[in-house]
Amino acid sequence: MEPLFSIGPILAVLTPVAAVPVLISSKNENVREGWTFLAAGALFLMVVSMLPSILEGARLEFVIATLTPSLAIKLTVDALGMLFALVASFLWIVTSAYSIGYMRTLKEHSQTRYYSFFALSLFATIGVAFSGNFFTMYLFYELLSLATYPLVTHHQDKEARSSGRKYLFYILGSSIAFLIPAMLITYAYTGTLDFGSQGFMAGHGIPPKLLLLLLGMFIFGFAKCGIMPFHSWLPAAMVAPTPVSALLHAVAVVKVGVFCVIRVITGVFGTDFLSSLQYNSYLAYLAAFTILAASLIALSQDNLKRRLAFSTIGQLSYIILGAALLTRYSLTASMLHIAMHAFGKITLFFCAGAIFAASGIKNISRMVGIGKRMPWTMGAFLVGSLSVIGLPPAGGLISKWFLVLGTLESDQIFFLFVLLASSLLNAAYFLPIVYRAFFCSEEESQFENKVDEVPAWCLGPIMVTATASLILFFYPQPFLRLARQAVQTILGG
Amino acid sequence: MGEILDFIIAKSNYWSYVVLMMIGLYAMISRQNYVRKIIGMSIFQTAVILFYVSTAVKEKAVIPIIAHGHGEEANAAIEASQYINPLPHVLMLTAIVVGVATLGVALSLAIRVYQKYGTLEENEINDMIREQ
Amino acid sequence: MSQHYPALIIVVPLLAALAAAAAGWINKRYCFPIAVASLAASFVSSVFLLGRVIRVKEVIYEMAGWTAPIGIVYRVDALNGLVIVVVTAVALVNLIYSKSAIEEDFPDKMGTYYALYILFATGLAGMVVTGDAFNLYVLMEIASLTGYSLMGLRRDRATVSALNYLIVGTIGATFYLLGVGYIYIATGTLNMAEIASFMSQMSDSGSIRMAFVICLAGLFIKMAFFPLHGWLPNAYTYTPTASIGLIAPLTTKVTVYIMIRMALSVFTPEFSFKTIELSGAIVWLAIIGIVAGSCMALAQKNFKKMFTYIIVAEVGYMVGGFWLGNRAGISGSVLHIANDALMTLALFMAAGIFARKIKGEEISDMQGLFRKMPWTMAAFVLGGLSIIGVPPTCGFFSKWYLISGGIEAGNYYFVGALLFSSLINAVLFFRIFEVAYFEPFSESHGHDHSHGHEAVAVEEAPLGMLIPFYVVAISLVILGIFSGDLITKIIYFAIPAGIV
Repeated sequence: MEPLFSIGPILAVLTPVAAVPVLISSKNENVREGWTFLAAGALFLMVVSMLPSILEGARLEFVIATLTPSLAIKLTVDALGMLFALVASFLWIVTSAYSIGYMRTLKEHSQTRYYSFFALSLFATIGVAFSGNFFTMYLFYELLSLATYPLVTHHQDKEARSSGRKYLFYILGSSIAFLIPAMLITYAYTGTLDFGSQGFMAGHGIPPKLLLLLLGMFIFGFAKCGIMPFHSWLPAAMVAPTPVSALLHAVAVVKVGVFCVIRVITGVFGTDFLSSLQYNSYLAYLAAFTILAASLIALSQDNLKRRLAFSTIGQLSYIILGAALLTRYSLTASMLHIAMHAFGKITLFFCAGAIFAASGIKNISRMVGIGKRMPWTMGAFLVGSLSVIGLPPAGGLISKWFLVLGTLESDQIFFLFVLLASSLLNAAYFLPIVYRAFFCSEEESQFENKVDEVPAWCLGPIMVTATASLILFFYPQPFLRLARQAVQTILGG
Repeated sequence: MGEILDFIIAKSNYWSYVVLMMIGLYAMISRQNYVRKIIGMSIFQTAVILFYVSTAVKEKAVIPIIAHGHGEEANAAIEASQYINPLPHVLMLTAIVVGVATLGVALSLAIRVYQKYGTLEENEINDMIREQ
Repeated sequence: MSQHYPALIIVVPLLAALAAAAAGWINKRYCFPIAVASLAASFVSSVFLLGRVIRVKEVIYEMAGWTAPIGIVYRVDALNGLVIVVVTAVALVNLIYSKSAIEEDFPDKMGTYYALYILFATGLAGMVVTGDAFNLYVLMEIASLTGYSLMGLRRDRATVSALNYLIVGTIGATFYLLGVGYIYIATGTLNMAEIASFMSQMSDSGSIRMAFVICLAGLFIKMAFFPLHGWLPNAYTYTPTASIGLIAPLTTKVTVYIMIRMALSVFTPEFSFKTIELSGAIVWLAIIGIVAGSCMALAQKNFKKMFTYIIVAEVGYMVGGFWLGNRAGISGSVLHIANDALMTLALFMAAGIFARKIKGEEISDMQGLFRKMPWTMAAFVLGGLSIIGVPPTCGFFSKWYLISGGIEAGNYYFVGALLFSSLINAVLFFRIFEVAYFEPFSESHGHDHSHGHEAVAVEEAPLGMLIPFYVVAISLVILGIFSGDLITKIIYFAIPAGIV
């Protein structure tokens, strides 16, 4: 179907940028944060306003600039992009609220810079979600890497500096070294970079070995997807303030990585072409390895945010695995997991931040008995854990269920066992935290038996995302519908 | 055509300009003293001027001033082979001016350098810069 | 009026140079307005000229009405139409930016300085528009001589660099003159178009081959193409602020343009790329130059010197891209002339602003600059990103075409060198950003690092510097976004149709 011209995509993408000058110039912090909210709300409304036409099966398109007749900077909204944009824009609102509580409680410096770059990061994220071709996607992907750098290194101390270096080395280095040449070689062979429902690589006589190389370069070039061995930037980036880790390193940045990988598999190579080449199995095994390895490493981490980071690495590979299996269920699971994991993981990060803001504790070994002091926070932590493990009644189960169906559909029982093992490991590294937080003897408890929660600005968002995780279990629309629709355009039927 | 040109290039005036040019180049590169370098530069430029001028020469030709170039005879056809080619000379007038200007700038810079460092030996100046 | 644009570009500033020199004697305050007005006139003329060229493809102007081959013609097509706009724009913007720097550095020589400045710009502009090979030499020497003076006018270390540069530059220019002599022997004309028309019968002539090699060698010296780059870093590092913003962005770029002009419009593509089998070797030199320039940049502690080595690497980009000999590579090379001129200008403008606030020129002296001058640093970051080649800055787009050219030509070494250089550039600039971002601004060195967030008073550069700097920085992005138009509407027509 022909895409419809619409200025919706460009308006949505530009909303966060438009807020930046106001953020910089506002003298009063209430005004500044008010504008952050306003921008977040406006962005969300703008994304939602495009939802009905997307659900009707339309595609919206806006060409920003034409570089050559066959190459343009172009925004297109389809079901997959819509799904991702919905998640990111909704969670930006929540995170803005959380940021206010967190940053004020800890009296962080340079908050104006913080909010400005946050807005820029969202601009880049929505840009990736709505990219109409690979070139545009690359452009916003690179912008996102740079916009998040000042956020990751917010503390401006030695640790932030070395982590920032690592972050850039992996993210920017891999994209320059792998993505640019891969993109240009592809363009030289095919003469186009526009996503097609069955890709655009087939039928151009590219030698199979080169195709494998290109696939590898694309996957590793999008190092934000956290696939091993290009994952270690993510734990390093945990030096950032928690709201940054929450939105960017559980939702925006890493999901941009996997989103791009899904686009590469579906929009660049095309599922039929890739399965005829059989290269998807390499990717699937790599993802499976990452899932297990990351889960095992997560077990050994005592710093809560680092444990969450390794958990994220594992969960991201679920999405890649789902995409690599190339079946109807697995693709649906892969897309759906973008949303489900986002809600679960952001809750967990929020909780980690709340614990730190309230008590200054970062390590799990010192969180024994914390549930008595912060029952609401830890309750939400339980919900988040359930969602990430994939247990009812949380949304994570739905996507995992589809993924299990996908492995069965593809007759690859090995991956089924990987999923089961990983779920057990997930439970092993999350549930003891919750258990020890609530159930421990008086002597063991490191906290007084008195409720002392974080400020409402922090707790509110935690409740919202935790509730959302629960709701998504019972009512996974519209994400499920969008994911199904996206798969339908790829696989037909 | 190519053979003829190769033959021309093999002629002695060209060789002499090449030798002069190499002398100049050698002086510019190998001498430590800036005045010597500048002298080398002048030789280098002059060699090219010589080359141009020598290309204008034709056998049995005279300077390009048309005798009795007034009245009716002025309209008579000019036999180009009787006159040496004036254009290289004209070009070289400009090149000489450029050369003089270059020399002037070079010498004034050299004076500046001497005022600052008290020497015009390149290695001594480099030592002084390194010590700073 | 409109048919005289090519002449106006040259004549107005030429006369203004005299006026500025005279004004220096009468009242120094008149110098700056005269200079700005003349360069603005030149810039506006060149923009209109480019507009005309886009419509009619080629504008030929006969100086004083003498037709070619007797007279000197100015010939403007899509290629130099673009370059002339860049040259006049850079000269104008940098002049406005440098007003206070000139007043500080040359209080008693303002008339002279402005006259030299304008003459330099005129020389470069003349080199770009002229259609006569010998006229080009004269204008090249005008630009060079004024350039040496602009460098050495202040009594400091720069005089030595300027003298060294003069000696090397004269070798380069004289080689070019010699090459033109060989062309003249073989063809009997100095008009570029006429030389080109003889080329098809001449391609096996020894003297033409000789001319080609000598011309190219001379131009390579002038543009600091590896391995003839040795003079550039020293010459540029110690040049006064106002001069470097003019010389560094333009000299190498205009020389690259001359190389392209000679190869395409004088020696013809057939001869340059096919008959004479040098392009492979030149591309290899470019590859080595890119890698070596980047590595040497990495070894520098002085940021201005680092920028100069980046220029060496960028020259490798342009030369290498051009001699790939395909449309994408040449497009990238031409686009990079414009982009790199602006990027280099942005870098040296930033360096000029830093020099006012910090004492040294070492990267380690840049501590805390993000706090001290956030606006300057923001624009500097844009410049850095453009050099690295991050979209949507213009540096990315020229790299895009250069790399496509490398892929089309199957020269993966060139592609690798470009990517390597991008990575090194990323390291170079983020090294600076790190120092400026993480380390606190310190008058007194080395106090507590525990919480370096105490408020440092923002001390920005004066608006007279900051606004031109921002104009350049923002144009990096605008140029990037519209690079598609530049390619399809202008550069496409700059490349002979025979090249695919």
